Amino acid sequence: MSVASLSDLSAAPPTEKLPPVRGYWASVGNRLRYDYLTIFFLSVIAIIVVLAILAPLIAPFDPTKSHMAYRLKPPGFRNFMLGTDELGRDMLSRLLWGGRTSLLMGIFPVLLATLVGGSLGVAAGFMGGRTNTFIMRTMDVVFAFPSVLLAVAISGTLGGGAKNGMLALTLVFIPSICRVAESATTQVRGLDFVEAARASGGSTLSIVRTHILGNVLGPVFIFASSLISVSILLGSGLSFLGLGVEPPTPDWGLMLSTLRAGIYTQPLLCALPGAAIFITSLSFNLVSDGLRQAMDVKA
Amino acid sequence: MVYDTHALAAPPSPASTGTPLVEVRDLSVEFVSRESTTRAVNGVSFSLAPGEVLCIIGESGSGKSVTMRALMKLHPAKHTRISGYMRVADHEVSAHSEREMRDIRGSHISMIFQEPMTSLDPVYRIGDQIAETVVHHKKCSRADGYARALELLKLVGVPSPERRLKAYPHELSGGLRQRAMIAVALSCSPTLLLADEPTTALDATVQIQVLVLLRRLQQELGMAVIFVTHDLSVAAQIADKVAVMYAGRIVEYGSVADVLQHPAHPYTQGMLASTVSGHMRGQIIEAIPGSPPDMRVRIEGCSFVPRCKSVKPACRRGTPALVDVLQGHQAACANFV
Repeated sequence: MSVASLSDLSAAPPTEKLPPVRGYWASVGNRLRYDYLTIFFLSVIAIIVVLAILAPLIAPFDPTKSHMAYRLKPPGFRNFMLGTDELGRDMLSRLLWGGRTSLLMGIFPVLLATLVGGSLGVAAGFMGGRTNTFIMRTMDVVFAFPSVLLAVAISGTLGGGAKNGMLALTLVFIPSICRVAESATTQVRGLDFVEAARASGGSTLSIVRTHILGNVLGPVFIFASSLISVSILLGSGLSFLGLGVEPPTPDWGLMLSTLRAGIYTQPLLCALPGAAIFITSLSFNLVSDGLRQAMDVKA
Repeated sequence: MVYDTHALAAPPSPASTGTPLVEVRDLSVEFVSRESTTRAVNGVSFSLAPGEVLCIIGESGSGKSVTMRALMKLHPAKHTRISGYMRVADHEVSAHSEREMRDIRGSHISMIFQEPMTSLDPVYRIGDQIAETVVHHKKCSRADGYARALELLKLVGVPSPERRLKAYPHELSGGLRQRAMIAVALSCSPTLLLADEPTTALDATVQIQVLVLLRRLQQELGMAVIFVTHDLSVAAQIADKVAVMYAGRIVEYGSVADVLQHPAHPYTQGMLASTVSGHMRGQIIEAIPGSPPDMRVRIEGCSFVPRCKSVKPACRRGTPALVDVLQGHQAACANFV
């Protein structure tokens, strides 16, 4: 082997039309494009979100105004497209407005928990040793309680209200997100490219910011997205038990709870908020699954 | 056995009469844990002239990688005790703080790793990773960093470099990844390149390509290279000087021709004898009996005694020092005292 033959070794292959180099998000988008199930449920979510946002504009009635003469009327009665509840309030308006509360209950606690749990997990994973033990064992203590029981206990202690309900859900989600972030960080920390970054002069902070976060954000994001449906369910559960949203405010869980009394006279009415909860949380769940598949680069 | 040294005829390396680029004196590295102290490196000294290639050879656990990482102070400070004197160019590494080291790492000294699969961050494009280092050290704009990245990919012989700049590591083959890793390491034109078995994880064909590339770049850029390997044929290909390490000590040191063709230390002799190379089929290959010593236990005398074929009473008395066998060819063995 001589130095002269080097040009042959590194010579460019005959130029032919190569497929374009796609960026990360472009390739994720491309994979999603052929995943019709995810696209369908993604559009369901989009419709629900748009309806919830536009609720003040499109709701035919005031959701808190009761018509005492028309209580528990079936769908299609007069102007009440989906009927009325036990206080004669328009079901459609209440479902639209209730979507706002339920989506908020679904998304906000998960966001907050991702922020807090994610940073705790990355810190624990990166620093290791005693810091890790301290943070993770504290999380394990919280983990020991069943999540529903914990949420009920916390919001019961704090008192009802949407704010306390969301806080309770946040506290319930922090340990699991923390654990995902910690295990992802521990995995990444030992890989050569972290040492390579140090060997090319990176400071600890810049390594955590670019290399650790860059690799941990994906799994954490996917896990958090799967928690949204859980959060919607738990939030509705809290409201159902009277620990979440305060009564006049429309909320799916709360509606389910109050309409329960009329289940023998108008069973369909009671099913409406239930169906809304079911469809929304199912959609979030399936979209999260689709995203997981689309974002998994290493597969 | 005769090794075809200097298959890639190297130009005579710069006269070693000038001040050496790298000077290491009496380097010791100990890893401290609650249960035990591992003495990974025990008093290693060597020097390296600018533009020279030193190969450190040794089996797993002989302290070769540890020596190299100590030069960059990459060991976690909490569990490591480093003593001795280390100097690279006009930086006294042994006296530098972590902050000062950060400026040297990647600019004056840089490193290539063994595993091209994990030494590049999977979530960033190749171009980003090269530009990151350039921007960090040269304090230049992102665009200049990219221009430099393209230049480097051309330099290391990556085909269609414009495309690869935008590619993610998983889209490249092992050989291309290792080339990209070399590009990252060369991004700030270091004077010293540390290579930790950079060809071990590659196919035989790619291995030779990367070696040829490294040799060419080393000569073009005039870098000094410390190359860690356990593959003797790799050492024969690329090295000017060879240091053989055993149990945390250099047991033999000299020019590649001297060491590989006239090995003086019994360990080097045994290692050469146990290498498969052009043997007749069915011929039994001699192996060195036993295994390397446990580095947690302090050893009296020469650490190679339990495996050595020519043990003398003097071997058990004290650790032999490196002595001249020939001009510039040293071995640490009681047989030469």
